[in-house]
Amino acid sequence: MSPRPGLRRYYDINGWSFVGPAVALILLFMAYPIVWSLWMSFQQGRGMRLSFAGFGNIIRLTQDPVFQLALGNTVLFFVVQVPIMLTLALFIAVLLDDPHLKFRGLLRTLIFLPCVMSLVVYSVLFKSMFLLDGIVNQTLLALAIVSEPIPWMSDPFWARVLLITAITWRWTGYNMIFYLAALQNIDKSIYEASRIDGVPSYARFFRLTVPMLKPVILFTTVTSTIGTLQLFDEARNIVASDTSAGTAGPGDSVLTLSVYIYNLTFRFMPNFGYAATVSYVIVVLVALLAFVQFYVARERDR
Amino acid sequence: MSPSRLATRAGIYAFLGLFAFLSVFPFLWMIVGMTNRTGDIILGRFTLGDAFLENARNFFEQADAPLVFWNSAKIAILGTIATLAVSSIAGYGFEIFRSPARERIYGVLLLTIMIPFAVLMIPLFVIMGKLGLINTHIAVILPTVASGFVVFYFRQATKAFPSELRDAARVDGLKEWQIFLYIYVPTMRSTYAAAFVIVFMTAWNNYLWPLIVLQTNDKKTITLAISSLASAYYPDYGVVMVGALVATLPTLFVFFIMQRQFVQGMLGSVK
Repeated sequence: MSPRPGLRRYYDINGWSFVGPAVALILLFMAYPIVWSLWMSFQQGRGMRLSFAGFGNIIRLTQDPVFQLALGNTVLFFVVQVPIMLTLALFIAVLLDDPHLKFRGLLRTLIFLPCVMSLVVYSVLFKSMFLLDGIVNQTLLALAIVSEPIPWMSDPFWARVLLITAITWRWTGYNMIFYLAALQNIDKSIYEASRIDGVPSYARFFRLTVPMLKPVILFTTVTSTIGTLQLFDEARNIVASDTSAGTAGPGDSVLTLSVYIYNLTFRFMPNFGYAATVSYVIVVLVALLAFVQFYVARERDR
Repeated sequence: MSPSRLATRAGIYAFLGLFAFLSVFPFLWMIVGMTNRTGDIILGRFTLGDAFLENARNFFEQADAPLVFWNSAKIAILGTIATLAVSSIAGYGFEIFRSPARERIYGVLLLTIMIPFAVLMIPLFVIMGKLGLINTHIAVILPTVASGFVVFYFRQATKAFPSELRDAARVDGLKEWQIFLYIYVPTMRSTYAAAFVIVFMTAWNNYLWPLIVLQTNDKKTITLAISSLASAYYPDYGVVMVGALVATLPTLFVFFIMQRQFVQGMLGSVK
């Protein structure tokens, strides 16, 4: 069916006037900055006085130990935190999906509650809980889980553990809600049939539940990846850090790429070109990982 | 029930109970902490104290509480209204008036959802400088108004908008903008409510962009105020706790009165 010319004109006039404002704003505050940033990443200089540098910034990446530390930290947080959180969220969702479970609604609401807290607020609360003589160490000592207080704030390893714990606290309930909604759409008679056939519960989980939840697992993996690679609020607020020097955590142990870009732009001698290059490293990582995740999910379709 | 199944059952309740407790604990810690002095908080005191009024007064004085709260509220409410208006009109437009050109633009729009903010922040800062908007609340709001995610959300929701309603309205001689305003908006109330909750929460909690673009204390948001209180060399945690609660109350309130819409809004993005 080819639309009549009059109808097409009608569609275009209305179509463009409906989408126009949003498209104009996206062009100005999204598309233009994205392209400009890419252009900047090939330039060097102070502030806005930039000159073309070719691949100079990319070469600088390979010689910049602070960038490599930030990249390593960011990748570490992603590789360790996302699987822990999503596994935990899926496990809890499966347990909560049981219709015979008592206090289901209450448990669900309580586990979801961390989502209402802003990233800065929960970071600050975690900081106050994980001080050397703070409530967490006192509790761990009282339960004899540790024999001396854990130096969450001054040891690079424990600072990273703290950050990962905190992010997991904030986002597990969020991801759980997606899994719960998907589980509720699964036809329960499939489970009934497999139970009658004597399929053990762990096999039901891996052979039935996980494959049926694949689209949601893919969605949460991609969004969690994007979120973790952009980590900023927590890294800057959770560990007692010397903000005037721009460091993040003991020995920059929680310095992320986003914090480094912020430092390069607004804290040190402003170097927009190099900062833009580092920001495109995040873009490349997001694109790469999203591609890999989609690819892995697709292949299992066969 | 057999003993082994009973044990499994008890294990499940213990696990979920413990996880629920850990999820809520920081909230309790915050409320108890408001009543204690910093000296006690850093030693892990978890019993109610008598320093609440002192902490509250200090928070009001040190952080200029009414002003930063008002700044946050203004940015979040105006930003949310503008975002819902612009992005819902666009989502409706993309779905109802399709054309190959607009589909291509829509594809680009979806891609922008994946772009990290770090890429945008330097150019945005320069653009705001050229527009003379540095240190204004408009600069905080403007880049969030056209949200690829919210446009997508409304386009998905529009697919469920009955075309009979549109046809009937056209026969009655309504213009397209009238159909949108008088028929679509009232019909899609629950979609708007769900989007409102999500967009409001994001705007209220925003940190990085306001941190860059707001430079004087009289423009700062409550999130920025809490961050700077807590990053002092010796933070007054009692004061920080009061701030944390004040910053959390609006979102907690929205969550409890609109819990259903909240979950709907989140899930809207995967359908």
